[in-house]
Amino acid sequence: MNFDFSEDEKLVQEQTARYLTDKCGTDAVRAVLEGNEAYSSDVWQGLADMGLMGTALPEAYGGVEAGYLTLCLVAQELGRAVAPVPFSSSIYLAAEALRMFGSETQKELWLPKLATGEVVGTVAVTEGLIEAAADNLQTTVSGGAVSGRKLAVADGGIADLAVVLARGDQGVDMVLVELSGSGVSRHAVETVDPTRDTATIVFDGASSEMLGEPGAGWTQLDRLYDRAAVLFAFEQIGGAQAALDMAVGYANERFAFGRAIGSFQGLKHMMADMYVALKLAESNCYYAAWALASDSPELPLAAATARVSAIQAYQLCSRDNIQVHGGMGFTWEFDCHLYYRRSNYQTLQLGGLSVWENKLIDALAAAA
Amino acid sequence: MDFNDTPQEAEFRAEARAWIAANAPAHLHDALASSTFGGLNTGGEDPIEVSKDWQKKKAEAGWACLMWPTEYGGRGASPIENVIWNQEEGVYGKLSSMFIIGHGMCGPTMIAYASEEQKQRYLPKLASGEEVWCQLFSEPHGGSDLAGLRTRAEKDGDEWVINGQKIWTSGAQNSDYGILITRTDPNVAKHKGLTMFFLDMRSPGVDIRPIKQVNGQSGFNEVYFDDVRIPDAQRLGAVGDGWRVSLTTLMNERMAIGGSIPTGVPELLELVQSLAKDGGSAIEDPAVRSKLADWYAKSAGLRNTASRAISALSKGDIPGPENSIGKLVAGGLMQDVAKFGMDLQGFGSVLMDPKIAEGSARFQAMLLRSPAVRIEGGTDQILRNIIGERVLGLPDDMRADKGLPFNEIPSGN
Ligand SMILES: Cc1cc2nc3c(=O)[nH]c(=O)nc-3n(C[C@H](O)[C@H](O)[C@H](O)COP(=O)(O)OP(=O)(O)OC[C@H]3O[C@@H](n4cnc5c(N)ncnc54)[C@H](O)[C@@H]3O)c2cc1C
Repeated sequence: MNFDFSEDEKLVQEQTARYLTDKCGTDAVRAVLEGNEAYSSDVWQGLADMGLMGTALPEAYGGVEAGYLTLCLVAQELGRAVAPVPFSSSIYLAAEALRMFGSETQKELWLPKLATGEVVGTVAVTEGLIEAAADNLQTTVSGGAVSGRKLAVADGGIADLAVVLARGDQGVDMVLVELSGSGVSRHAVETVDPTRDTATIVFDGASSEMLGEPGAGWTQLDRLYDRAAVLFAFEQIGGAQAALDMAVGYANERFAFGRAIGSFQGLKHMMADMYVALKLAESNCYYAAWALASDSPELPLAAATARVSAIQAYQLCSRDNIQVHGGMGFTWEFDCHLYYRRSNYQTLQLGGLSVWENKLIDALAAAA
Repeated sequence: MDFNDTPQEAEFRAEARAWIAANAPAHLHDALASSTFGGLNTGGEDPIEVSKDWQKKKAEAGWACLMWPTEYGGRGASPIENVIWNQEEGVYGKLSSMFIIGHGMCGPTMIAYASEEQKQRYLPKLASGEEVWCQLFSEPHGGSDLAGLRTRAEKDGDEWVINGQKIWTSGAQNSDYGILITRTDPNVAKHKGLTMFFLDMRSPGVDIRPIKQVNGQSGFNEVYFDDVRIPDAQRLGAVGDGWRVSLTTLMNERMAIGGSIPTGVPELLELVQSLAKDGGSAIEDPAVRSKLADWYAKSAGLRNTASRAISALSKGDIPGPENSIGKLVAGGLMQDVAKFGMDLQGFGSVLMDPKIAEGSARFQAMLLRSPAVRIEGGTDQILRNIIGERVLGLPDDMRADKGLPFNEIPSGN
């Protein structure tokens, strides 16, 4: 038994951290926040140059094959930097869906391009103001032609390729759509986190290819989400750590009543609780990382556990970081809101807290 | 990262399992399994006797205090092997509760500070359960503020004369020895005038009086010292260095109790799977699911945090203040779980009779014992201070006693 990452894995994490500290400071995040660009193409290119998109992808498809444990640590750093890039959509979701369910031809065509960052992928599921489910999808696919509207697609404005969930002849299908083709129109939408590109995409007879088995789309999505949830959770604990660090830094410097505000127990204990939530989530993430990397049958439970506690930790740390900052915390100028926005955006991707609580209990009941 | 056993670990596990299967008191298995929190069930047999018997048997075969060196009654095992042993020992591990303080805190302090001769004399008997130890730290005026303690030790030739009072001393009434922290110099700042000893609990002048607890038991005691004499040779560490010595004890306390505190979550899962609610099973109820998921994630987080601490320990790292989270999370969690487990069963769950109440009244026992988890070994508030100051690096509290000699510090009632 060994409950720690290896030196090699940590080395990649350090390199990623160093790069992001250097090139993806909050000025880069703010450039996207202010609407100057849809995502940071410089950072995206930089990550591509380091080969990070291909971290866990097989060498045969242009990846580095450094394993999912390494990818988890890369995710943690992207989260810490609140990186304004489509990494999660393209790598944890689209590339992973292709790797899991794609035909040989599909994999050969797309994975190398996803691994270099030349192509950006995403997943399009959400259609309305209700948690998406197998029985409420309205988008249809018939004879390969997809029609319907996907309300909120993360990175939908910049993606070249979408994994779309649609109702087919035999149930829900998972299909692949090239977004540059005809029958696809999209427009950017404003969200609680403008540091992430988000779009509404309308399909009107867009051509598609089946990904995986006809009718198995929703179960495939569940399996995909179990894997992606672990990587999202690592991004979330990275962000939570950054928010906590920011709170501690401010509490040490800001004075009130003649003393540093961090010496007041009301704040000190609040930050201790942030730390506790983060530690629990981090440890659950470690376990889930192992389950992910080893294809353990415990993955559904481990992933849901990591996801639930990572959602809680990031929401708590980003919320209370604002509190520690007082009025400054509510300004556009201070960075507190970057974490607050990202944590709440990421909470709802892949289904929110209640969805993952349910998955956790299902997995727990199945294991008992 | 690998949560599976290596071949070597698997071999160790098999050896432990085989030995336990051949030697454990199997007739106590079911009784032990139905023990509730704070209530050891030994099926009517004398709990002290059966606990000591099992401990002795383990010691003779080299399965006691596994991480201690063999010459002191241990096995020289690695932290991971120790975890494997605990997993394999399972319910029989409940028989170790009366030794936790001795093995987890007193022993490591002795290993760090006693003379070689003393280690040879005391540690093997401590390991084998033949001699039981307690921790005489807290006082009426020194709990959270341990360094505010008043029990005096005055040098008289080769001996020290002890006068004062300890309180909340767990297991003192069954103990043969204890480690004792005293004030040897009231004229210097409070942390500087302390000195640590160990003593024979049967020394003349030691008076032990059990205290009745909220849950009706008397696990802890008042201990009075009236001109009790301790040889200078039983001093642990230098005169005036008692605070530093106590930190060794307290650091080990975190490891001893950190990862192993029950939370009640497995019991709650069991309950909601069998309990009927609204025409279905309680586990189908959305409110139940949401709470259980939250609590399960916390308890899993504790387990996985403990695993990481073990890995760090195997690499030679010293258990740090971050291990404070174990008790901090587990205490409040168990209290919430206990209340919810009872809520689901309605007013009938106020009954304490183990023959009627669900699971031998396990949630009721948790309800009544869990408040102590949030106090013993550092209160929730003190643990948050430790995390805030020692882990996160936040500034210290304002202290009214800062820099003052002990005998000039203001004291309330
Ligand atoms: C079941 C049980 C077993 C025990 N066993 C032992 C034992 O074997 N040996 C031993 O030596 N001791 C033992 N103790 C004692 C235990 O360590 C103390 O009770 C504990 O440290 C708290 O001290 P106190 O009781 O004096 O409470 P106090 O220190 O008086 O605390 C009262 C309240 O004030 C709060 N408080 C105090 N200081 C601060 C601060 N700086 N900031 C914020 N809040 C503060 C506390 O959190 C608490 O809520 C045991 C206690 C229990 C309940």
